[in-house]
This record gives sequence, structure tokens and C-alpha cells, in this order.
Amino acid sequence: MIRKTLLSAVAMTALALPGFAQDLYIGNAKVWTGTDAGVVDNAGILIRDGEIVAMGAGLSAPRGGIQTVDAEGNWVTPGIISAFSRTGIVEVSAEDTTNDTNASGSAFSVALRAADGFNPAATPVAVTRIEGVTRIAVAPSNGGSMIAGQGFVADTSGDPDSMTDERAFVYVDIGERGAGLAGGSRPAAWAALRGAFADARGYPARFMAHNEGDALTRADAQAFGDAVRGRQLMVVAAHRASDIRQVIKLKAQNTNLNLTIVGADEGWIVADELAAADIPVIIDPFQNLPASFAQLGATSKNAERLIAAGVDTAFAHLGDDSHQARLILQVAGNAVANGVDFDDAMAAITTVPAQIYGLDGYGTVAVGSAGDVVIWDGDPLELSSAPSLVVIDGDVQSLESRQTRLRDRYLDLDESERPLAYKN
Amino acid sequence: MKQALFASAFALALAGCGGGEADKSKDNGDKVEIDRNPFPSTYTPYPSQTVLLQDATVLDGIGGQIENGDVLLVDGKVEAIGEDLTAPDGATVLNVSGKWVTPGIIDNHSHLGVYPSPSVGAHGDGNEISGPVTSEVWSEHGIWPHDPGFPRALAGGITSMQILPGSANLFGGRGVTLKNVPSRTVQGMKFPDAPYTLKMACGENPKRVYGYGSGRYPGGAPYSRMGNVAGYRTAWIKATEYKRKWDKWEKEGGDPPARDLELDTLMGVLNGDILVHMHCYRGDEMAQIMDISNEFGYKVASFHHAVESYKIADKLAEYGTCSSMWADWWGFKMEAYDGIRENIPMVHKAGACAIVHSDSDIGIQRLNQEAAKALADGKRAGIDISKADAWQWLSANPAKSLGVFEKTGSLEAGKNADVVVWSGDPFSVYTQAEQVYVDGALMYERGNAALTPVMDFELGQPGEGDLK
Repeated sequence: MIRKTLLSAVAMTALALPGFAQDLYIGNAKVWTGTDAGVVDNAGILIRDGEIVAMGAGLSAPRGGIQTVDAEGNWVTPGIISAFSRTGIVEVSAEDTTNDTNASGSAFSVALRAADGFNPAATPVAVTRIEGVTRIAVAPSNGGSMIAGQGFVADTSGDPDSMTDERAFVYVDIGERGAGLAGGSRPAAWAALRGAFADARGYPARFMAHNEGDALTRADAQAFGDAVRGRQLMVVAAHRASDIRQVIKLKAQNTNLNLTIVGADEGWIVADELAAADIPVIIDPFQNLPASFAQLGATSKNAERLIAAGVDTAFAHLGDDSHQARLILQVAGNAVANGVDFDDAMAAITTVPAQIYGLDGYGTVAVGSAGDVVIWDGDPLELSSAPSLVVIDGDVQSLESRQTRLRDRYLDLDESERPLAYKN
Repeated sequence: MKQALFASAFALALAGCGGGEADKSKDNGDKVEIDRNPFPSTYTPYPSQTVLLQDATVLDGIGGQIENGDVLLVDGKVEAIGEDLTAPDGATVLNVSGKWVTPGIIDNHSHLGVYPSPSVGAHGDGNEISGPVTSEVWSEHGIWPHDPGFPRALAGGITSMQILPGSANLFGGRGVTLKNVPSRTVQGMKFPDAPYTLKMACGENPKRVYGYGSGRYPGGAPYSRMGNVAGYRTAWIKATEYKRKWDKWEKEGGDPPARDLELDTLMGVLNGDILVHMHCYRGDEMAQIMDISNEFGYKVASFHHAVESYKIADKLAEYGTCSSMWADWWGFKMEAYDGIRENIPMVHKAGACAIVHSDSDIGIQRLNQEAAKALADGKRAGIDISKADAWQWLSANPAKSLGVFEKTGSLEAGKNADVVVWSGDPFSVYTQAEQVYVDGALMYERGNAALTPVMDFELGQPGEGDLK
């Protein structure tokens, strides 16, 4: 399978075997690097052992047998990172047996690890991958508790070893949903969160005499220990400006916390405070409606204003984060239409989520970066564009999904010889 | 006495308005009058200027594209479309070189107003879940005209839309077609003389809400897809009998049959006055619905969501109905599991009527982008469709499905001047609607606060209609 000829990306895709680990050279690329180097034209990228070992304008293919791909002057970007998703923990949302996003009947909260429910073979994983999304941050959703549990980061290769970080973050909803689960009010939610902090900090001492903490079970208090000490990221869902201010205050009182806010429809109102507190946000730039009383300030200008204020801003498609996480590219394109710089929009789906989740080497195309790269057949944010090659950790990925199989079966409806079920 | 006088004066005043096409059955001895249009449209076009849009890329909405094209709007109508049109005296001439001009987008599946923002409990007016057959309810009676979603949709180039009841029931009730123009009342938004529609639903929703309502809902039939079909047919049998009685009475007079709101609507369908719009995901179910419609003598105007239309596109073309579709939604329930990105272009390719719909207060703001994705995915699968042809998915085809294509849905001389000026190619993610004309009146202009409606609910709130 060693090829010496330059193949077009399309031809390469047809030939490449998924998960076939080998060195790879991509030539004639227009690289969005995600670094100070900006966009590098006519670049070569050399990936060895899953890592980018050389990249630059005019870098030619090394001597000797190596798999090579001609990007034909097209855009090459880092693999896209979905900053907030439920991809891979649910197959069919409405079918409970296939849905591991939450467990309203569980006695546990922080101890719930979404990673335990991750299925790399779930069909949404491939559906997401073939649109250029190579890493997904996956959060549990709130079932019975405002603290939903722990989320993870994985790649979208579908391989059994696709977990990147099993305990990447704790996910807490401190907004309307969290308030409802905590008993019915924001004060109840904050009392529960403070109680949980105390339980986690007091673990194991306060559980010597009895099994229950103020807010957490013994297992939850143990699981929460890293987050309350700032050793694990805490992603907090909040929209209303006053709720966000409460989170900023929480960090001021606990300066070691590693916090990111997800949602933040009214983030622009407190943008300067967020920037000063160095708290990143994950927002959905589609959200411009007062969908609830916590989102009265929702505006299509949220992204532009947050970024202008210096807030580290990542984008996600929060509307359907399990099956449609792939839409973050369209989301980012719309943010550009609403005033965000192209580079900032690209950063919001690559470097910023990498930074939020501590994914060193991801979200960039540079020497030392991980071998997650995508070749596009046009502007990556444009509606008409699609990946022609997806590489994860140096491995060329299949661009097939269950959806492409269905499409190919039904492109021609002729059943005169045999039913379509025989067309495999 | 006073009250009675008031009541009759009120009745006279209403009759004097004559806004609708009150189809009053004539006196056949019993002085019975049935007002078929008791909530008539009070919409009239807002004042407009004579406008010549010059030098744009123009999509006429019926498959034509003109480079350096002009569109002339006079008296709220499209007066002419072509190259180098002459501006009449007093016309406002707008050079829109580099921009695109298209017919306004028509979303034939929206729940704006019946499920408005904010989506608090008090606002849930889109599903009358009290029984599986609620064809007696009308969506217009649940519409809150102050929904902030309406102006957001306007900013996305939506000039008309169908507001449907939800899909909890086998028969969800009547839908209504609205002009996307702010009004204090629903009547002030109603598209004049548009036919009523009937929302029906296949599959999982009715059987889940009733049979397996888990105590939240009334319970009872249908428990299964078998029950769904039995429910449709039972209702159509009753409607057929009802219609027979009214037809007989129309012909022979005598005592009129007792009126039944539920059956009035179904009879309207059987008479061809009311158009059926049916939520149906699976191809095999659509095939059964087509048989049922043949059994009882009506036609489905459009299947909605229609995630599996690509599997039976040939049959849909032969029957002659539309599919109202998303570009790429899938997987949220079992009947949406086989969604593919090429559904829309595959339906188009089979010669069937394809429509891009939203069913979403977010999606309705960028239906042009949904069409763009579908177009690109089709092309990648070898289905080459021009942008001019694809625009039919957004305007002409939904207009046809709603029975208003005579009046809107394309840029043809004499049609309502429902027009959008786009900042560039509307199939690009970077393009936005800059001007939106409804009946020739400029109802939205991007960046111009004076031409951006703000709903009551948002006044004095932090966002103030996305203007702050």
C-alpha cells in the first residue's frame, strides 16, 4: 500500500484503508495553521507516527516510499473540534435503551462518567467524522441532578482506542434546568453547589461518621475532588447575565477553579467581566431568540462582541448536539456573516476548544501538532464545501457512513431485476 | 334587549366588512347561514413605492436566472422582470449590482406563534392533545402574533409561512397561511384568500402520545401504527357520511344536519377546499397514506419531514404530491433514523415536488442555507441541479402546496411583490437578506432600526429584538 505517486485527495480516499497507520505527506496545501503563521500557501505537511513532524511552504515529499496526497491548492485545516456534544452516547435520541446521555433514576451525579457509555461505533460518530470533525468533547446531560457527571474527549475514528481523555470535565447546569433539578429555584441550585463543594473538599473526613454529605453521596464527593481543586475542568451551563456573574463570583472566591461557561446567550452583557476573570465560553451563534427568560438578551452579535472583548470563545451546535454536532462549520460561517473574523471563527472550532480542554497539540497544523488534519474541497466554512480527506492521528479515515450507504442504495430506484435490499 | 341589539349590530358590522369569501349557503327555506370564514383576513398591503431593482443576479423562482437583471415593483406587484428595464417616473431606482434578488421564501412548516419565544409553559398552544382526532381546532386560535420569532424569520427572507398545529394527533387541526407582517391580531397576518389546511400525522407521535402517554396524556387508541390507520379511516368514514348529509341538504333543503366542527374540517378536505399537510417520516407509511387518500377521494398536498422520501421518490412523483424536508436532520427518533443529506435533491431528481421546510424558529431564519447544503450534497452524489431550479424548493413549491402560487412564490409579472434582496449569492453561508419586501412594501432592511420590527415582548428587555 506504499504509494510513490501523487494522488488527488479524492483518489486517495478511495484507496485508503481506515485505521491504516502509516506516514503521510500532503502537498500543495493552503494551510490554515491555527498559529501565528496564519495561512501558509503551497505548503507541504509531513506526518510520521501520528504527529506532524514538518510543515511549511515548499516542503516537498521526502525521499523513499511514503503515502502522498496532493491537496491541489485546497484548504487544509486542523481537524475540527466539537466543543460540546453528545455524539457517541446516544444512537436514537427518543429510544431510551439507546440513549446514555442521562439517568434520571440514578442515585449518583458527579460519579457518572459519560465515557462509560461511549460507543465509538455509534452511527453519529462516522456521520460527524466525514464532515471534518475529528475530536468531540462529550458531556452527559442532566437527568436527576444539576451536576450531570463527567464528560470526555474522544476522536471520531470509530476505533476502540478513540478515547482522548476519559475524565475531561465535570458538567454542571446552574441555569433554569439546574434550578429545577435542585428543587425549584436558583438559590436551591447554588446551595446545592456550595454543599457539593464542601462535600468534595471534606472528603473523606466528613464521610467517616455517616455516608451522606450535604449534597453528594460518598462516590460523588470523591469524584468531585479534582474539579473543586482546579485539577479538572468544570463546564457550567448558564445563559442569563446574572447567572454568569454568579459563576464569575464563584471563581473569584475559588481562584484555583478551571471554569468554562457553556450557553452564555447573554454573555455579551458581561463580556468584559468574563475576559477579566479569564473564563472561556462555548456558545451557539445560531441562538438569537429569547427562548427563555434566561435568554432575553440572545443576539446574533453575541460571538462578535465576546471575541472583541477578549473572551476565549468556542462555538458548538447546541440545538442538536448528538446527531448534528457536524453543523458547527455552518454555525461558524454564520458567525462570520454576523461580524466575526474568519480566523476567529476557525479558532472557535479548533484552537479555542483545544485550549479549553487542555488538548495540547490539537487544533493546529504545526510541527509537533497531532496528525488530525482535513483537506477541504473549498472554503471550510462554506455550505458547498466538504472534506475530501480526513486524517486522525495520522490515519486516513473512511468517508463512508451509514447515511452514504443508504444514499448509494437508493440513488437508482430500479428494482426490475432484484429488490433494492440486494444492493449492498 | 340592549344586549340583543348590540349582538345584531355586531353581526351587521362583520357582514359589512366582507373581508373574506364567506360562503353562505343560500336560503332554502330555513334561513340557515353558515359562515365558512368567520375569522376573515384583515391584512392589506402596506404603502409601497415604485421600486426598480437594477443589475442584480435575479432568480425568478421558476427555474430562470438572469445576470444583470432588473425587477420592477409597482403597486405592490411585480410589474416586470428582465434586462435593462426602464424606470417609470418617480420610481426609486436601487442599483443592487453584485447582489441577488429572489422571490421571498415561504416556509410551509412553522410553529411560530403557537410555540413562541419564550417557550414557557403558558405559551404551549400548538398541540390540542385532548384526543387523537382534533380537526375541530384551528392553529390561528393559538397564535400569539407577538412572537419574536416572526421578525427573526423576516430577517431571513421569509415573506409567508404556514403555521401548523403540532403532530401529537392523527388529525391535529387546521393550519393557516400568514403573511410575515407584524400585526396586533392574527387576522391582520392572514394571507388573503389562502385556503385552509389540515395537519395530520403519521407514525410515532400519535401512538406515543395516546397509547403510551405514560399517564401524562389521555391514553387510549392509537397504540400502534395499525391503530393510526384505523383512526384515519374511521374519521374519514364519518366525514363521508357527514358530507353526504350536507350535500343532500344543499340539494333538497329541509332541516339542516347538526353542525360538527370536527367534521366540518374533514368535509372541507373531501370537498377539495382544505389542503392536507401530513407529518410522515417513513416511506412505507407515506405509501399507505396515499392509498387511504385514494380510498376516500382526497389528495395529500405535502408530506412533511418526509425523511425517507428518497426511498419512494418515484411513487411520490407518480401520485403528485410534495415532500417538505430538512436538509440534514436525522436520528432523533426511530422514524428519522434513515435520514440522509441527499433526500431533497433525490426527490427533485425523481421529478417529485421538493420543498425545504424548517419546523424550527432557528431553521426558519436560514432556509436558503438548507437549500444550499442539499444542492451541494446532491451535486457530490452526481445530481446536478441549478441554483435557479433549486430556488423552487424555497418559494414556488411551498406556494403550490399552500394553494397560493397564483399570487406569490415567483417573480412573474402580476404576482405579489414578495421579494428579497440578498447581499450576495444566497447559497453562500456569508450571505444575508438585506431587504425584504412584502407586497411591495419594504418591511425589513438590515442595519436599519427603523425597518426592523420589535415585538411587544422584547421592548424594554435586554436584547430588544436583537437591536441592542
